[in-house]
Amino acid sequence: MPAQVITIASGKGGVGKTTAVANIAVALASDKSKVVCIDGDIGLRNLDVILGLENRIVYDIVDVIEGRCRLKQAMIRDKKLPNLYLIPAAQTRDKNAVSSSDMIRLIKDLRTDYDFVLIDSPAGIERGFRNAIAAADRVLVITNPEVSAVRDADRVIGILESEEKGPASLILNRLNPALVKSKDMLSPEDVLDLLAIELIGIVPEDENVIIASNRGAPVAYDAKSRAGQAFRNIAKRLKGETVPFLDLDAQGSLWERIQRLAGRK
Amino acid sequence: MNETQSLLQIKGLRDGLLITMDDASWEDQRAALIAQVDGQPAFFQGARLALDVATQVLHVNELVEIRDQLSERGISLWAVISESPTTEKTAQLLGLATRISKPRPEELRQYSVEDIGEETSLFLNRTLRSGTRIEFAGHVVVLGDVNPGAEIVAEGNVIVWGRVRGMIHAGSKGNTNAVICALDLSPTQLRIADEASAALEPRDTHQPEMARINEDGKLQAEFWSSSKVGGVL
Repeated sequence: MPAQVITIASGKGGVGKTTAVANIAVALASDKSKVVCIDGDIGLRNLDVILGLENRIVYDIVDVIEGRCRLKQAMIRDKKLPNLYLIPAAQTRDKNAVSSSDMIRLIKDLRTDYDFVLIDSPAGIERGFRNAIAAADRVLVITNPEVSAVRDADRVIGILESEEKGPASLILNRLNPALVKSKDMLSPEDVLDLLAIELIGIVPEDENVIIASNRGAPVAYDAKSRAGQAFRNIAKRLKGETVPFLDLDAQGSLWERIQRLAGRK
Repeated sequence: MNETQSLLQIKGLRDGLLITMDDASWEDQRAALIAQVDGQPAFFQGARLALDVATQVLHVNELVEIRDQLSERGISLWAVISESPTTEKTAQLLGLATRISKPRPEELRQYSVEDIGEETSLFLNRTLRSGTRIEFAGHVVVLGDVNPGAEIVAEGNVIVWGRVRGMIHAGSKGNTNAVICALDLSPTQLRIADEASAALEPRDTHQPEMARINEDGKLQAEFWSSSKVGGVL
């Protein structure tokens, strides 16, 4: 089966694109899929750090495009998952080093041998973003429950619609159920109401995500983490499985929390 | 004018240049336009350009490219006119005008709804997302929402069958009789003629509302009631 090419975009920076790519990739690869991640943020590469592969980079995507190496040479195999690969961005170049047709050509070569190609889009709606969506079969738009992030996501969805990229799906990242309950944060309903696209996952706020990112071992490896579970569920939905959404209120009540703590002992 | 004449027609407008392209391939047309501009930099320097691209289907990449190329040469692209709905949508998304408005009146005129005429309406059967700007010399009707970050500027009335959370300017050329109606009016800002209102306080009930300029010359929004409508329009 040819690969599904999925780009993760947000418009606004800092909402969790790179973390989401790393975690979904790990979740897919742990579930036996052959996955390639591409860091599309040329000049500001991060995905290698989050995957813990920083010190293995020899060649990068610009080297492939400019013919200094073969595609396979730029693909770094993950430390733990033998069917997960990363094509890193160049750190010393900028977005102009790559064009949309370069991306389409490069990804064409990957389609036959892998199940998923995940592309990490840079923030913004300029050239880097357009390169990242050029070859995508499907785009996941990620946002936080914040007014500014949602507005940027709306803009991105508008551009995807006019590019006829097919309907985008939404990942709502870093939701804090307690704040939603106290009406201090936009609820998933508020966000969906405005963006009016299909929801593919809600990821609760979880400090383990940051700890895991800094360690270079994405939280999707962590069986206990709720954010990790949310990313694993997104991976399953990408494979076409129907998975119920996490019950985010479960953590809300004090009584339930005590029960869970008691159960853990 | 020169050898590229077969591809491009250039016409002077009151407030800029109108370039009409034929149906040759977009790459050729674009190259011809740039060649023409580079051939006569003095003529084009600082010009405001409207492009009539006929039936060309253009996506954001292509329009951004030509806009950037023109702007590098000191030319501002302000309008793209097209028969293709895709191209129109793209242009709107980039904040370009898609209609060349009627010549500007020498002085501000008091329009009434009758002056604009009932036939000049733009009907949009979609939600306007952030970053979209609709500018139209007539009424605008939207079947969908106007999201935060989207803008409508109409010389006539604006009717939205949906929620308004963006910015709407009705009667943009000074028509103080223009109205804005929506099923749910919670805009970032409303303007009618020269009156602006900051965000209206959000209401708990979502009821159709109509905004207009009242007797005191202030912009005011009222819940719709069937008894009032005849009096206003």
